[in-house]
Amino acid sequence: MIRYVKSREALLVGVILALIALIASRFPAFILPSNLVNVFTDTSPLIILAVGQAIVILTRCIDLSVAANLALTGMVCAMLNVAYPGLPIPVIIAVALMLGAVLGAINGILVWKLTIPPIVVTLGTLTIYRGIIFVISDGAWVNAHEMSAAFTGFPRAEILGLPVLAWLAILTAIIFFIVIARTPLGRAFYAVGGNPHAAVYAGINVGKTQFWAFVLSGTLAGLTGYLWVARYSVAYVDIAKGFELEVVAACVIGGIAIAGGAGTIMGAILGAIFLGIIKNALPVVGISPFWQLAISGAAIVIAVAFNARAGRAKGRIILKRAEAEAQA
Amino acid sequence: MSDTARHIPDRLQSPALKAFKSWETLLLAVAIAIFVTNSFLSPYFLNAWNLSDATFNFTEKAMIAFAMALLIIAGEIDLSVASIIALASTAMGAALQLDVGTWGLVAVGLGTGVLCGAFNGLMVTGLGLPSIVVTIGTMSLFRGISYIVLGDQGFRGYPSDFSFFGQGYVWWVISFEFVLFAGLAVLYYILLHRTNFGRAVYAIGNNPTGALFSGIRVARVKFILFLLTGLMAGVAAVCLTSRLGSTRPTIALGWELEVVTMVVLGGVNILGGSGSIPGVVIAAFVMGLVTFGLGLLNVPGIVMSIFIGCLLIGVIALPRLWTMWRA
Repeated sequence: MIRYVKSREALLVGVILALIALIASRFPAFILPSNLVNVFTDTSPLIILAVGQAIVILTRCIDLSVAANLALTGMVCAMLNVAYPGLPIPVIIAVALMLGAVLGAINGILVWKLTIPPIVVTLGTLTIYRGIIFVISDGAWVNAHEMSAAFTGFPRAEILGLPVLAWLAILTAIIFFIVIARTPLGRAFYAVGGNPHAAVYAGINVGKTQFWAFVLSGTLAGLTGYLWVARYSVAYVDIAKGFELEVVAACVIGGIAIAGGAGTIMGAILGAIFLGIIKNALPVVGISPFWQLAISGAAIVIAVAFNARAGRAKGRIILKRAEAEAQA
Repeated sequence: MSDTARHIPDRLQSPALKAFKSWETLLLAVAIAIFVTNSFLSPYFLNAWNLSDATFNFTEKAMIAFAMALLIIAGEIDLSVASIIALASTAMGAALQLDVGTWGLVAVGLGTGVLCGAFNGLMVTGLGLPSIVVTIGTMSLFRGISYIVLGDQGFRGYPSDFSFFGQGYVWWVISFEFVLFAGLAVLYYILLHRTNFGRAVYAIGNNPTGALFSGIRVARVKFILFLLTGLMAGVAAVCLTSRLGSTRPTIALGWELEVVTMVVLGGVNILGGSGSIPGVVIAAFVMGLVTFGLGLLNVPGIVMSIFIGCLLIGVIALPRLWTMWRA
């Protein structure tokens, strides 16, 4: 019981509740159920991406290409819809999932088979994917009037008072909660990140596990690509530009250790919700939206400094003493 | 890569043969090939003034790449350099509103860069945090501060003598920026390849624990490297602001990628421990020539970025594919 109270997740829940209380004390309209639903729906893409990113970071990798993957998949879905307006939504979602998975698999293959550091791979694919959007769209926008009503209506359709977009975020969270906690693959993600050498001796293929992490992250980015484009009813080269940093921020705030092997899906989701509330509260409180980038940056720096206390590598005692003396 | 016993050769390779087979030689051949191809593809390429203009494509990025090369060799990375440029440029713009003179502006730009570098360095060495995350955070933070100050506005109206740093020519077609680039290349060459400090950088990149046991002040060396990277971003901010004549929060957006690409293309191991300044210099020319050549052929910037992305992955992937294929 005490373990749960002292956990990062409990702390985050406390911080989030305090944040909401603080905002509500000045602006009571913020905690109306309808507004909270709006905030959650608005945060849903971040939640879905953060779940995928959390898995990648657990395996000691990082995926900076998620936002570019999202934008490319979104553009392809939008162009498909314009070219074949009659295409049913499940087909479009299947295309989004598969294209996202393929783009993620490209990252995964480069990391697995060529052992290129993930940060280099995804920095590279991030620019390549963005560039491809320009090539296939010729720099043009796909606007709301060109998309079919079914295409843009799907994420906004309400079931039990919640839009489909929000339900998909919840569904993603549940599925991956089960995958992480109840499947061998889920355990492998932790094992690979916690100690790759030990994982090899335990019979786990490290590269292959990392490959699957990238595929999952890519698949979720692809799904978000369709949802994003449909929700905002526009697709162009620069959508969600820089969003990958917010996704990484959500994970770091949620207590996913960047050195891999530690953290929970729930933490990443709470981290995303924390950022989502700040983002939605800024205009309510009357702070310019230009503050948002600096706030999420500061949140990453503070969170990672906070994480360091818990996850600091324990070196040999003799070394630490020598280091302390060297610095004194 | 392989752990199998390394055989000891009967005879060492001659230095000339070793130099011939090096990454730098290959890169130089690529640079020359690109130069020749460009001059065939576009009639405007072989022109002293055009070539001089082409150097502006890479001089500012290369200045940062020198310091970044040392940082990467030491096993760290700084992804916040482009944001440091934005913040330093914003600080110069703010100083301009207070009627600070040209040299004051330069001091503000360099000072901001050093401060940002010190912040990164303190977070990494003081708190023992991974530099990737810290600098991803400060990447948002520094540019975010720029956005807070500027919003959708911009600073302009820099004094006319300030424009020398980015637009001035020292002699004929030789720009001030190019001279600065060449001077810094020599300085960094000496620092990395001819001083104890440079040896320490390699030692840390190969084995930080071993370096510590050898009496190298690992934390201090890393901190200095972050300071240098911040300072170089400050220098680049002065040049770029002077060249553009204005400051907007989106200045130098995405440059961190091009700088890292330049360093990796120059043969620096992204995992640390090896690399050289001449390699980075040639890589700067390769990237500058490619982007300039594509520009003359009316290829849009974003398509060039596909090329840079492929270059980044390709230069690391190809040698690995080659060894896999031979095995």
